[in-house]
Amino acid sequence: MMRIARMVLDPLLAGILSLLMLAALLVVSGYPVAESLTALWRGAFGSWSVIASGTLVRATPLLFAGLAIAVAFRAGILNIGAEGQLLIGAAAATAVAMIMPTSLGLAGALLVLLAGGLAGGAWAAVAALLRVRFGVLEVISTIMLNVIALNITGLLVRGPLQEPTRIFPQSALIDQALRLPRLIPGTRLHLGVALAVCCALGLAWFLRYTAPGFRLRMTGSNAAAAASAGGIDVRRVMFSAFVMSGALAGLGGAVEVTGVTYALYENLSPGYGYTAIAVALLARLNPASAIGAAVVFGSLEAGASAMQRDAQVPAGLVGVVEACVILMLLASEWIGAKVQGMRSLNRGGTPHDQVLEASSSPA
Amino acid sequence: MSSPVLADFLDASVRSATPLLLAALGETVAERSGVINVGIEGTIIAGCLAGLVAATVVGPNAALLAAGIAGIGIALVFVVVAIGLAADQIITGTAITMLGLGLTSTLYRVIYGDGGAALSAPTLSVIGIPLLQDIPIVGRALFRQPLPTYLAELMVPAIWYWLHRTQSGLAIRATGENPGASLASGISTRRVQMMAVLFGGMCGGLAGGTLVLAQVGTFTEGMSAGRGFVAIAIVALGRWHPVGVAMAALFFGMASALQFFFQALNLNLPYQIFLALPYLLTLLALALTRGVYRAPAALGARKAVRG
Repeated sequence: MMRIARMVLDPLLAGILSLLMLAALLVVSGYPVAESLTALWRGAFGSWSVIASGTLVRATPLLFAGLAIAVAFRAGILNIGAEGQLLIGAAAATAVAMIMPTSLGLAGALLVLLAGGLAGGAWAAVAALLRVRFGVLEVISTIMLNVIALNITGLLVRGPLQEPTRIFPQSALIDQALRLPRLIPGTRLHLGVALAVCCALGLAWFLRYTAPGFRLRMTGSNAAAAASAGGIDVRRVMFSAFVMSGALAGLGGAVEVTGVTYALYENLSPGYGYTAIAVALLARLNPASAIGAAVVFGSLEAGASAMQRDAQVPAGLVGVVEACVILMLLASEWIGAKVQGMRSLNRGGTPHDQVLEASSSPA
Repeated sequence: MSSPVLADFLDASVRSATPLLLAALGETVAERSGVINVGIEGTIIAGCLAGLVAATVVGPNAALLAAGIAGIGIALVFVVVAIGLAADQIITGTAITMLGLGLTSTLYRVIYGDGGAALSAPTLSVIGIPLLQDIPIVGRALFRQPLPTYLAELMVPAIWYWLHRTQSGLAIRATGENPGASLASGISTRRVQMMAVLFGGMCGGLAGGTLVLAQVGTFTEGMSAGRGFVAIAIVALGRWHPVGVAMAALFFGMASALQFFFQALNLNLPYQIFLALPYLLTLLALALTRGVYRAPAALGARKAVRG
């Protein structure tokens, strides 16, 4: 019960905190607070259709990418390449959708999603291989792979995948038959939302109740002990977790093109892979909690467009709020560590792992 | 390439490389102290906006200084959270990037109104060094440039000397390799890291200032365009050594200059390949030279040691 209460309360608190911070920033920059926040609320929760078409649709890629980050961080891998993995997933899904016979129906759509997941996993596998085989820090490699992915996408939408008239830098529209069905008619809410929630719950179950999930958590919390005392093949676990992380992000990209945009664009993602870090941290790297965290950030981003439109508040302000939430979560972790008598400071393990352990609730 | 074209190409390469080199040199110092600041993108964009705002008030030369100070300001947030509170450097750095990008786009609109109309700033003039600028082919690229390029060129040997020949440089390198032993030998590792990161922030700010004051002449949202991430790649490709970093920056600069040349020459080659190529080569270089050169041993280590 406690866990479920926290799953709801944590994001709620963070949501309130973000709103307070946003209000403070609005005051400082001289925008009308009440009017702006009303616009934000209208844009995020104003009506059922806004919730479904705005907030939940925005939350979906954030949830996929947030899960990707969470599973990697839990394994002690600092994958900041979710952005690139998501793009590659979207690109692969689009490419497969272009050649997929439309007679397959929903099975065809699922194959398209599968292609996205596989491609995202393969993209992460490059960084995983570099890490476990060649000792290249995944932070550096994933940053580079993000840029390469962006350029590949740019190349595809101006070359092999460009729409038939060859005017716009985007792909042709994905066939109706391969698009994700709408869950509620008249809104943009698509099957991908449900898929993301299933992934979150599945991942939570996997980490908590399965042997590979246990090995993954052990590797993340103390790789040296997991290897020596647990007899765990740490490199293998890290590799698989990295690939799983990429596959989740890639699936997110595939869902975005088949559920929302119906085409591949170069700037498909407004930084989902980075906002996802805030999502994962807010969820304390807990997949089930990530659902609420994704909704918080999804609503912020959906509301931000309304705020810009109705109250002329720059949408960039939401980026500031997101950054402040991350920094505050990091700070609160430090306070937590102080309270616990600096217990975590004296533990072994590689330095990175301690933050992850400290920020992950015991699952 | 005929020699005027070649000279043009080198000139464009050095221009593209200058902000990259400035940011990468700063990041080199930070990383040698064991701190990886992936928020360098945030310090660059802060430098861009500060450069523009200051240039309209005090002129371009003083504005460059303001850009450096803005970089320090952003880096200070990183220092407080990642070193002061010993939070994870990568996560903090990512937040700093988001903070910098969001803050600048907001402030720009607050200061210059909603349209965010392209505002042009006075730019730094090109300074030619007599005689040297007349050297064929390379003269213009190296010796007929605006101030920041000379600054970057001089910083290469200066930082090499600092890191390898001075007491404080030794402290930085020692902290990056073995913080525990450094602390035991009386080095205040946290202070060393803070100073190294703030220096990196200043360089990032200067890089942003260079973009606005010596190249673009105006500010656009997100104009740093991933240069902070390029800088991190350059540091790795340059093997955490100032001279290597300078060569790597020039290499990345050439890659982006090449794209303009292909466009100018009407060669219909996909420029994305040339933009992605340096990253690919960096990854290869990192993978293949394992053990020969490597990152500072304690790079990214969360709690060096509390000192």
